[in-house]
Amino acid sequence: MQHSSSQLRDFPAMLNRIHVMGRDIIAPHADAVDRDARFPEEAFAALRAEKLLSAYVPVEYGGMGLNIVELSKICETLGQYCASTAMVFAMHQIQVGCIVHHALGSAFFSDYVREMVSNQYLLASATTELGIGGDVRSSICAVKVDGERFTLEKQAPVISYGESADAILVTCRKSEDASRSDQVQVLVRKQDYTLKRLSGWDTLGFRGTCSLGFALTSAGRAEQILPMPYAFIHSKTMHPFAHSVWGSLWLGIATDALNRARTAVRAEARKSPGVIPISATRLAEADIVLFSMRSSLHLTVADYHSLLTEDVPESFSNFGFAIKMNNLKISCSQLVIDIVGRAMLICGIAGYKNDSKLSLGRHLRDAHGAMVMVNNDRILGQSATMQVGQRDG
Amino acid sequence: MHSEQIRAIVAQHARLSVKVEELADASDLYGAGLTSLTTVNLMLALEDHFNIEFTDAMLGRKTFGSIQSLAEAIEELVGR
Repeated sequence: MQHSSSQLRDFPAMLNRIHVMGRDIIAPHADAVDRDARFPEEAFAALRAEKLLSAYVPVEYGGMGLNIVELSKICETLGQYCASTAMVFAMHQIQVGCIVHHALGSAFFSDYVREMVSNQYLLASATTELGIGGDVRSSICAVKVDGERFTLEKQAPVISYGESADAILVTCRKSEDASRSDQVQVLVRKQDYTLKRLSGWDTLGFRGTCSLGFALTSAGRAEQILPMPYAFIHSKTMHPFAHSVWGSLWLGIATDALNRARTAVRAEARKSPGVIPISATRLAEADIVLFSMRSSLHLTVADYHSLLTEDVPESFSNFGFAIKMNNLKISCSQLVIDIVGRAMLICGIAGYKNDSKLSLGRHLRDAHGAMVMVNNDRILGQSATMQVGQRDG
Repeated sequence: MHSEQIRAIVAQHARLSVKVEELADASDLYGAGLTSLTTVNLMLALEDHFNIEFTDAMLGRKTFGSIQSLAEAIEELVGR
């Protein structure tokens, strides 16, 4: 569908359309996506039809020009209907953010972005590497540039939706003699790479992200290397953007869990008019936790948005900012588990059953993924180091 | 003036991927494997050795980018 500029400015109307899409298209397939650990095809057909894969691309490149606050709100909304769909959408937008923030000065990337908008390409990411563990700021693999061409191979323990993507952004050392932390990010398009499966994806939650492991082999032109050290891309975009959109979709999971709990409370209250059931008190308590999660998330994403608007490079590399984004990730990933657990107590057996309308099985399993995707202990360790280095909190 | 002492501390604490003898005073330490997290070790060791405290404004790539820029910053702090 075409978006006139007035439609673009009407963000609440867009959000309403996404809620309708969530109810009519995304939610009805969420259980099958989860059960079969398959890519959410129906959801992405609908998101593509609304041109939402290029929501963060500036208007002058054909996108919607949404900001990080609006984009996060979309992730939150999608998270209420299917967390796997929301996670794939969020991870794609992080890659779009890396290109939009750091590569539009290059002729190749500005052309690529226009092509991405018109074809609604889905972008995946290969950051972690076998032999490194989860430290995305280190690489073993290196891009080998020879004249105008490059080759790049990477053993990736996970590439989420790798087999459904149109392109992958790959982190690697900038040359064969570079240190592990001296990285660049390379865009490889479907025609540039082959993937050989290394491992499967039979997990508790986020099953529809299809995050299998692959050996990636690629070749292309040197202009496909993002024209900026990955260290900068990471601190300004990859790290804060990821925690903003992930936290948002986890908030969506928590919101839907409490909505189910509210349905249970109402049903119980109807049985004995005039008596407020104990579950309503539990709901009131749980809503305070949700309030706290929502407030800290919205505040932190708004802060990040302000920094992006001001665009002072030092503000992204200082420890205070990095710690704040780490706090957001750790806090949201813990609160989503807390809230889903509270919803379970309120819904009771109806929440515990897999085949009931109030089932919280998928929410519970998805919620536990939040603390292991970029493990909270790794993040806490980095924050601990930064706390030692930081002067004032 | 302090660059020899700084070199010894860099060698011990910065966890670089190259030997410090191979670096010029102006060489990029981040290119040699320094990261924002390993700067903390380096900072603590330098502060302890020179009995100084880096100011907030100094805690960045401008100061920690090379042995030379560290020497200049330390020179300024030691003289205070």
